[in-house]
Order: sequence, then C-alpha cells, then structure tokens
Amino acid sequence: MQYKHAIVVGASSGIGLELVKQLAASGCRVAGVARHAEKLEGIPNALPFKHDVTHYGEVPALFQQITKELGGLDLIVYSSGVMPAVGAHEFNFEKDRQMVEVNLLGCIAWMNQAAIRFENTKAGSMVAIGSVAGDRGRAGQPVYNTTKAAMTTYMEAIRNRIAKYGVKVVTIKPGPTKTPMTADLHLRGAMDPAKVAAIILKKSRKTGEHYVKFSHRLIFYVIKRIPSPIFRRLGL
Amino acid sequence: MNAVLPAERIARVAGYGFTSAADGYLYRPTSVEEIREILKTAREAGRQVTLRGAGRSYGDANVGAECVVIDITRMDRILSWDRGTGEIDCEAGVTIEMLWRHILEDGYWPPIVSGTMFPTLGGALAMNIHGKNNYAVGTLGDHVLEIDLLTANGDLLTLTPADARFYAVVSGFGSLGIVTRVKLEMKRIHSGDLRVLPLSARNWDEQFEVFERFEKDADYMVSWVDCFGRGRQSGRGLFHAAWYAGEGEDFSATLRPEHQDLPDSIMGLVPKSAVWRILKKFCNRTGMHFLNWAKYRSGRMIGDGKEHIQSLVAFSFLLDYVPNWRKAYLPHGFIQYQSFVPKERAREVFARQVEMQQEARLESFLGVMKRHRPDKFLFSHAVDGYSLALDFKVTRSNWPRLEALCHRMNDLVLSAGGRFYFAKDSTLRPSDVRAFMGEEALARYRDFKTQVDPGGLFTSELARRLEL
Repeated sequence: MQYKHAIVVGASSGIGLELVKQLAASGCRVAGVARHAEKLEGIPNALPFKHDVTHYGEVPALFQQITKELGGLDLIVYSSGVMPAVGAHEFNFEKDRQMVEVNLLGCIAWMNQAAIRFENTKAGSMVAIGSVAGDRGRAGQPVYNTTKAAMTTYMEAIRNRIAKYGVKVVTIKPGPTKTPMTADLHLRGAMDPAKVAAIILKKSRKTGEHYVKFSHRLIFYVIKRIPSPIFRRLGL
Repeated sequence: MNAVLPAERIARVAGYGFTSAADGYLYRPTSVEEIREILKTAREAGRQVTLRGAGRSYGDANVGAECVVIDITRMDRILSWDRGTGEIDCEAGVTIEMLWRHILEDGYWPPIVSGTMFPTLGGALAMNIHGKNNYAVGTLGDHVLEIDLLTANGDLLTLTPADARFYAVVSGFGSLGIVTRVKLEMKRIHSGDLRVLPLSARNWDEQFEVFERFEKDADYMVSWVDCFGRGRQSGRGLFHAAWYAGEGEDFSATLRPEHQDLPDSIMGLVPKSAVWRILKKFCNRTGMHFLNWAKYRSGRMIGDGKEHIQSLVAFSFLLDYVPNWRKAYLPHGFIQYQSFVPKERAREVFARQVEMQQEARLESFLGVMKRHRPDKFLFSHAVDGYSLALDFKVTRSNWPRLEALCHRMNDLVLSAGGRFYFAKDSTLRPSDVRAFMGEEALARYRDFKTQVDPGGLFTSELARRLEL
C-alpha cells in the first residue's frame, strides 16, 4: 500500500528533497518541513512548512497543524542534518552544539510527537536518517559521529517501546551520499541521493536498522567489531 | 495558530467493516456539560467534530480524519422507565442490548431492533435503523416521542415528531448535532419467544412469493439469499417469517434474560469465540460458495416449512450469534452494500445485481432480503419495496473492481427509483445521493444545517465523501 500522508523534516535539500519528490510523485500528500521551505514550491502534492528544527517549542503545535492539513499521517522521516567541516585539531563547541541541536535534539523533538501519535493509533512508520558515521567514534568528526550514534540509540529505544503496537520504527544508515552537506568533501563513490531516497522508502516499512547497500552492511559488520585499541591504530 | 489538542487523545477509529479507518482525537464524555466543553476545545483547535456511537455503521459514517471524535458510549444511563405506558427515557449511549435487558421482564421489547444488539440509540437514530419488521412498523424514528439535540453552539433543543426538524435530525447521520437523550415507546409482548416459520425458496420467484404471502400477517420477515445461485436457481435461499407468541399470558419465564442469552458454544462443543477463526479459513470465494451451498441444501432438508419456537434474541440478533465474525474478513475487511428498490422493480434489479457480481467474480458472501415501507424522514432509505443487503470481502487487489461493481449496481438501483442506506454505505458518489434524495430535499437539509451548524462543525468521512 502506498503512503497517503507523510512528513519529511529537512526537506529542502539532499536526501530529504528527493524523498519529498518521490513521495509526491507517488500520489502521497507530503509536508516538507525546512528552513528554506520555499524550495519545495511548485512540487505537486507537496506542502511546504517553514521551520527551524532547533525551535523545539514550536514542534507540538506545528506537528498538529501539519497532520490536520495532510488529513492524517502514515510516515515521518527525519532527514535534517548538518556536518560542518571540522579540522583535525579543532574543538569548536559552537559547531558541536549546532550538530547536536540539528541532528539529535530536532530529531527527538519531532519523533517524540510521532511516537505519541503512532503509539495511540497503532500504525505508521517513523524513519530517522542516521549514518554509517554513527557506527564508530572516529578522529575526523567526533560530534557528528556522536549525534548519529545517539540518534540510532534513541530510535532503538523508541522501537523497543512502540514497535510492539505495529508501528514501524526504522533507522537508515546511508554511506557517503552526494548532497550539499558533503559537497566540500569530494567523496569518492558517493551515492546519488535519489537512489538513496528510493531505498529509504523501500526500507521504511521494515522495523529495524538498515544500511542502504549490502556492501555497507558487510563492511560495517566488521568495522563495528574491531577492538578499540586496534581501531585506534588503523586511522580509519 | 490554533490551540494544541492533548496529543495522547489521538486514536485510530474504524467503521465496522474495517475498510474505513481514520485518526481523530477521541473523547468519551459522560454528560451534556462535558460535550459542551469538548465542542469548545474543538473550536479553539480549529477542528471539526465527528460523532460516534458504538461504531456499528459498516462504512465511514463514524470516522473523521483529524476531527475531534465524540464517542457517546459512556452516556449510557436509563433515566426513567414506565412499565405502565412502556415509555423509556434514556441517554443516547444506551444500546439496544441495555434497552431489552431493562424492559423485557416487564413484558416489553424494543419495537425496532437491528440485526445486532450493540448499536447505541444515538447512532441508531442518526441512521434511523430498521428491523425485520420495517414493512409493518416503520423505523426506529417512528417510535420516538422526544429527543434532546445539542447543537454546535451548545444549545440543547428538545424535538418531538411535531417539529419538522425532528425528521432531519433522525436519519441525519449525526451531521446536525448530538442527540443526547431519547424518549421512546416500547412494544408490549407476552412471551420472550417467537413462532418462526422457515421456508426454503428455490429462486427469485419463490422468494418474492413468500414475502407477498406473509406480509399482511407476519410480525417479522427476512430471507437469506445465496448469491452463488445461478440460472434457474438464482435467488435461492431461506425465508423466515415470525410471529409474537403467548398472547393473553401475563408473565412467562421466557421473559427472563437468562432464557434469552445465547449459548457460548455451538452444540456444546466449539466455543463461539473460536468460530470466526474457523470461518476465516472459508472466507474466500471457493469456501463461501461451499458454505452458501451447504446452507441452502440443509435449509431444504431440515425444518423446511416446520414452525418452531425461537427466543426473541436468537431470532433478532443473528449477527451476534458468532462473536467477532467480522474478523473473518481481515486483514482488509469488507463492505456492506444495501439497496432499496420499489416492489415492482425489485425482482429484476436484485436478479441483475447477483448476475453482475457473478460476471465480475465478486459474489457477495452473504445476501439478506427484507421488506420495507416508505417513511417521512429526510434521509430515508426505505421504499415500498424490498432491500438486498450484501457483504463483499475486500482484498489487497480487488478494490477498484469492487468499487466499479458497486457503482454499476448503484446506477441500476437509481434507474429503478431505489434508495440507499448510509449505515451500510462505502461506495456512493455525491451524484448518487442527489439522484435518490432529490434537489429539493437536499436544499431543505442545507437550510437546516446552516441554521443549527452554521460553521460546519459536524462532519464525518461519509459527509465529506458525499459532500453533505
């Protein structure tokens, strides 16, 4: 069955924008929540909502306003994320706080609302876009890794609370993807966001944690199990 | 921005057939004052309101997406009962079951009961339900003395049949306000049993012949139709006529509830709570073809033409005989389709409806035929004729074909001057409603709606679908 009513938070670029386009094209009424919601204008079936995810206090009212305008809710995807460039010897608390606020606290604010709703309606899919970066603490992006790991743990806990009611609670861990967030990194082998979005929608009906590629699943199965003293020496 | 509703109030509510489900903010008030508060809350939150009784309407009449849903089942007090006159005054959340349990030992029975005892009076009046005696005694609304209607702005109006508005509120599918209190007249009886005569019918001709033979005399008439019957056997089924028993008796032990209560197992062997699971195995075209055939054959072989005694509950509430029977239709549920056709055209229309189902390979798993008479309620479904109620299983893939079949059947019914019943509906289109209601009646409805609910507070998925 197709989704009929969806919310994508972080909808104006990258994977989020692709999700909005694909959901809208399938006939779903989709609310795109973003600071630059104007970027969604002109997409049929898409309803833009301007919102900064760090304004947590706005979320309960906005969530209700959106579900009312959509006429229901089957799917919510939290796709907002930032990853400012961090130097190898840089410890910049402002950058760190921004990542925690956008990647983690915004996710909790929105997903809490979705969890209350879906626990009571005993239906729905909630999807958080995590990252393979959350699988280990790595030298290059300490706090980005932390936010994605914390998000994964948060979603696991929500899953343990409400999946038993039939709610799909899903964490997707994409690998490198060609989005504005990673544009400066010139990543090799980065995936096309449209392709990632299609995979996310496919996996959104299956409770659990999912990688987008089978190879990622294999590689990170190994990486997660490397003992910390050895991992430290590998310089990964 | 509008006020925020308590997030935990959200709940998924579904029509009885499982096919229409929507999320709304569910409240179960216990008093008129509480309802007024809820209406205020809804208005402040910019939400519309959907009314719900026991949720026994099959389609989308009792659900409202993103609405405040007011479920009246906790308003279930019987306010007064006069065993001398048979007048009972109840809150609208009282169910038909509560009603008969309260009055039976005094020698009374509700004049109108549906095929299940679980609807609330409020819901039953919103749909103006009928029973197997519709042709003789009309609908539930015909036996109401007085109702209280809480309007959108919080006024409590008392309406009687002398007031033209009464005929719009009763049958008005909860779109005009909340019926909070109902006073109605019960029927005097002398026994808790009925004399029941089963007659097997081999085809449509025999079906209509038995209805005509007993319509002057029987207190109840109903017939089961096997929708898998073809050709000369099209319309085959099993007709039942019933009469009240025990005339002249003052009191009978049959009036006690324990005489009425249905057994909890079949033949003392299979617990009834397990029966739907067994039924589910047969809930497909082949299985139901077989069960319908078996029922028809056994109806011909056992008891055909032999009068027997049956309790009022066992005869009246056939749908309650197998608890949770609707779950046999899961995971996708089912729809009911009931059309009412003038007597001159009913045979031809019903025969064609069954043919259409067979052509589409979408036969109804259950067909039930009843006799009706017209009434003066605004959204009346009844005609001087017959109705055929059908159950269609919905599957993952059959909905587009099923909906198209229903639309073809609608066209047929409309061309014969027939009508429809919102409690059973899932497939009508706004144009169908205009056709059977007529523009004049719809204009009267809109006038009254504007008077009592100018802001359009009350709605439902049915009202939205039918643009009412």
